[in-house]
Amino acid sequence: MADLVKITVDGRQIEVPHGELVIRAAQDHGVYIPRFCWHPRMREVGMCRMCLVEIETPRGTILTTACTTTAAEGMVVHTASDTAKKAQEGILEFLLINHPLDCPVCDKGGECPLQDQTMAFGPGESRFVEEKRHYEKPIPISDLVFLDRERCILCARCTRFADEIAGDPLIEFKDRGNHTSVETFPDLPFSSYFSGNTVQICPVGALTASAYRFKARPWDLLVVESSCSHCTVGCRISVESSQNHVLRFNGVDNGATNQGWLSDKCRFGFEFIGSEQRLRTPLVKVEGEFREASWAEALDVVADRLGAIIEEQGGDAVGGIGGARSTNEDAYAFGKFMRTVVGSNHLDARLDDGLDARFLAAVSPRAKIADLDRAATILVWAPDLKEESGSLYLRVRHAVQERGAKLVVVHPRRTGLDDRATHKLTYRPGEGPALLGELAGGAGDYAKVLETLSLGPVVAVVGRTGLTEQPQLAEEVAAFALSLPDAKVLPFARRSNVFGALDMGVAPTLLPGRAAAGDSEATGHLEAVWGPIPTQAGRDTMGILQGLVDGDLKALVLLGADPVRDVPAAGIARRGMESAEFVVAIDLFLTDSSELADVVFPAEAFGEKEGTITNLEGRVQKVNRVVTGPGQSQADWTILDDISRRLGKPLGFASAEAISKEIADVAPPYGGISWELLEWDAKEGAVVPYGEAGQPVAYRPDGVDREALAAMSRNPESGAFALHLARTLYDDGVLMRNSLSLHALAPGGAVHLHPADAARLGVSEGSLVEVETVDASVRLPAVIDPSLATGVVYVPFNQPGIPSLGSDLSVVVAAGEEVSA
Amino acid sequence: MIEGIIVTAVANEVHEAFVYIRGEYPKPARRVQQAIDEAYAAGYLGKGIFGTDYDLDVTVHLGGGAYICGEETGLINSLEGKRGEPRIKPPYFPAAKGLYLMPTIVNNVETVSNVPHILAMGADDYRALGHADDTGTFLFSVSGHVKGPGNYELPHGITWRELIFDVAGGIREDRELKAWIPGGASAPWFVPEHHLDLEITKDATAKAGSMLGSGAVIVMDETTCVVKAAERVVRFFSHESCGQCTPCREGTTWMEMILRRVEDGFGRSVDAELLLDISDNISPGLAWPPKQTTICPLGPSAVSPVTSVTRYFRDELMQHIEQGGCPLG
Ligand code: SF4
Ligand code: SF4
Ligand code: FES
Repeated sequence: MADLVKITVDGRQIEVPHGELVIRAAQDHGVYIPRFCWHPRMREVGMCRMCLVEIETPRGTILTTACTTTAAEGMVVHTASDTAKKAQEGILEFLLINHPLDCPVCDKGGECPLQDQTMAFGPGESRFVEEKRHYEKPIPISDLVFLDRERCILCARCTRFADEIAGDPLIEFKDRGNHTSVETFPDLPFSSYFSGNTVQICPVGALTASAYRFKARPWDLLVVESSCSHCTVGCRISVESSQNHVLRFNGVDNGATNQGWLSDKCRFGFEFIGSEQRLRTPLVKVEGEFREASWAEALDVVADRLGAIIEEQGGDAVGGIGGARSTNEDAYAFGKFMRTVVGSNHLDARLDDGLDARFLAAVSPRAKIADLDRAATILVWAPDLKEESGSLYLRVRHAVQERGAKLVVVHPRRTGLDDRATHKLTYRPGEGPALLGELAGGAGDYAKVLETLSLGPVVAVVGRTGLTEQPQLAEEVAAFALSLPDAKVLPFARRSNVFGALDMGVAPTLLPGRAAAGDSEATGHLEAVWGPIPTQAGRDTMGILQGLVDGDLKALVLLGADPVRDVPAAGIARRGMESAEFVVAIDLFLTDSSELADVVFPAEAFGEKEGTITNLEGRVQKVNRVVTGPGQSQADWTILDDISRRLGKPLGFASAEAISKEIADVAPPYGGISWELLEWDAKEGAVVPYGEAGQPVAYRPDGVDREALAAMSRNPESGAFALHLARTLYDDGVLMRNSLSLHALAPGGAVHLHPADAARLGVSEGSLVEVETVDASVRLPAVIDPSLATGVVYVPFNQPGIPSLGSDLSVVVAAGEEVSA
Repeated sequence: MIEGIIVTAVANEVHEAFVYIRGEYPKPARRVQQAIDEAYAAGYLGKGIFGTDYDLDVTVHLGGGAYICGEETGLINSLEGKRGEPRIKPPYFPAAKGLYLMPTIVNNVETVSNVPHILAMGADDYRALGHADDTGTFLFSVSGHVKGPGNYELPHGITWRELIFDVAGGIREDRELKAWIPGGASAPWFVPEHHLDLEITKDATAKAGSMLGSGAVIVMDETTCVVKAAERVVRFFSHESCGQCTPCREGTTWMEMILRRVEDGFGRSVDAELLLDISDNISPGLAWPPKQTTICPLGPSAVSPVTSVTRYFRDELMQHIEQGGCPLG
């Protein structure tokens, strides 16, 4: 905590931290100093000169910018003296002389700082009779963003964001003086994953988003705060709608999570909510064809067929996959449904993400996102955060770039953070365990890396770098990381509310509240509310699918899950579903998986229902209803509750909020977390375990197990390629598929090869390369990728236009004909 | 200069020096480079200079053609390969956070070049040159309507009359002197009625409301249209503004447009006051030395010609407006 100093602002004495910027100090005490270029999350540049104030100094009173002046003991600030006001008016007049004043047709009109400050601080009329500056009206600077240079006031917020925050310096000022303008570089669009933030922070309507242009006026928007569910950070957003249509997401500055930023996937990935393709009625398959059915009809079919299987073969013959796309309340209902109504322990919210449920839910000590701001060293042995979790990527980047934290990145390929890494270790998939062994041993070149990692506090972001990685490796990495000084682990998996679903017990090894399945005390506590639960060992997602293929399982319940697209072993997923006697799916869309179901219920989407979600650090936040779902769609819990009634074992839920109370009862770590708390007191959310509650399972991997590592390591036979299969920000997932402006941005299928391998095989950039899976064979263009180790092939997972490629694909690298240009 | 650099570097324990030369001056840059190469060859620069264990490297850097890179922090940005934009002070005082955020001393070539002479002559003898208030010599670059334009090294303390009429040979075609700019385009103008017999020292010039600045003296004779001259100077600054600060970027261009409109015969009676008020919004109070609403002094520099014209030549300005054009034809 910095020392406090006393300063006087407009005659009022206030106490502020020493060195705090005057503009922030004043604002924290209710005095708003007008500004354009200053942004609380970026370095100050003092360019627009709007924040001029008078400050008394020992050398006399000076007129200076409040955004570049730091508070010191005894400072006396006048924000509205005659001189300060004259200067502020002068700046506004200067900004307006060349401004086109097309407010009536400007997206920003009504929420425009230039407009607002002109009303508050500006001159009455224009004294400018010369000709205004002219530019070609809006030009696209990326697929998502337009730039109107006539409206631009050259505050450099956008260019600074691109450079300082996003690390994509793709826009810059060109020329100088009165001819200065924001430009992209020739033939290089502003194709940053974070471009939309510039639209939000532009203090005028110079930058507009293609998804929102001319759609609405700010005063017509209904604004509700919520949390994004595209990845596991749970960035705080404002959901803005008009006439029951979601029109826009904006970032909300939650210091604990996103600090106001959003990746473009999160900002623009809402189109799926209003998609025409959404399911509106229940569907029942009759003779291989879906037909629309009434709610009662569909429930009858489920009661008959699922009921019969449970009756005849026991609940153990039924598996349940999903819950990661649901709220905690929905996921809890799913777990309770599977365990008490169906009577099965085969349930899993992970779609073969590969990480142990106990590790994800209960690794300890577990880092908070904000710990990154205090870490001396950050270890990222996880997926490329830029592709999988934009705001976490920004947070790590910021810690390194602006605060000087050391960064060690370990990954089979280049990642977005490499340019900031103190050390980057690249390895072949399969050889991760061997690498970890060597790193932990600290011999040779690894000594330096180990030295960097020995600077605590250390925060380690640990996940599975790709879908072909040995699943147990992450735990060994976590064990290694926790041996470092003052270390904490942030477990990483990306699927929206997977951490919440695991906390709700949607995993074969977990009960609600991070308790181990089979633990007698936890089971007793739970059964007091739930009644008896099954005791047999449960299967995870792959186990369930394999069980269906083998005939051990007969039926499947899918809750917002698309295993055919999302599980790396797509073939098994498809065959499993085809072998099942009965599949019921609760979904937003007909997906490659729900297509194979017998009954499909239309579910409500994010933005259409209330509840809570839990992010990767265990932070619980509230999500809210903004629009109503299409047609007859219902919340997951309602649908499950309806089915349970028909099966004669009603779950008996009255509302989502009632479920949240039951969660607080049966899951001690969630005790005390109520919707009320989240809405009124815990604006940044509440971290589980909450309050005094401990957590039943504390998963503490202890020490690197060298034998386990040696057993895990697999070296591809010489000549064969090791496959790296990893996700990209934009892909062919069902939500992206139905968010049209983003779907087009997916990179598409490709086979990445090291230049040496490519040369050896006579493959050049763009040559077609044959890729075979058990079920399919496709030809994909080659990409020469020097960031790979030799002997590695990287294929981006789940891309549009190609069949789902599992991890069991074999790559036949043979140069085909060139792709014509 | 090289000798001065070496002395300055040793005195400050510096091992890297840069000579920054505007991009428009490739020939002088080549000459300087040649001199530096010779100094390296002679062992005055490089590793272990003069046989000591002291290392000193000197690098010549050509700018991209921006006047503003004469401002020390703009120069530093340019040296780092960034846009030539002055930095905010605080925190970027070069002595604390300069080039690559390391402590940096930025001095004019002229200043550094004086160092060896001061050392050679001894401080007392050097001080004996020039004026008691302002010792030593000074480089004047006299241009404009004089018979003998050129660069002159002169002791401080002579008068403007001596400089213009004796040293520079008087006014071309023996016309009347109308005004002169005493120290570079940013300096407020001087006029014969008030300033001819003023001694040329820093203090005396400042007291009279201007500065010696770069020593670039621009002399204007009676045929000069002051509105056009002011427009030309303001245009220079609006062209050279780096564009960061709103008042400088917008204000200088606005003033340039007004002056051109007045010169073109479309002046309005409100324009004189408007020009002064715009000036006031760039340089509050129109005081000397100027206050500024900007980051660096370039913006306020563009105010000098405007205040000079309104102070000394208001009648001529108003004639432009009333007659719809330049009274001088
Ligand atoms: S486009 Fe907007 S954010 Fe960027 S410089 Fe212009 S006004 Fe500022
Ligand atoms: S006053 Fe002008 S030249 Fe100086 S920093 Fe500001 S805009 Fe750039
Ligand atoms: S807000 Fe302070 S100069 Fe722009």
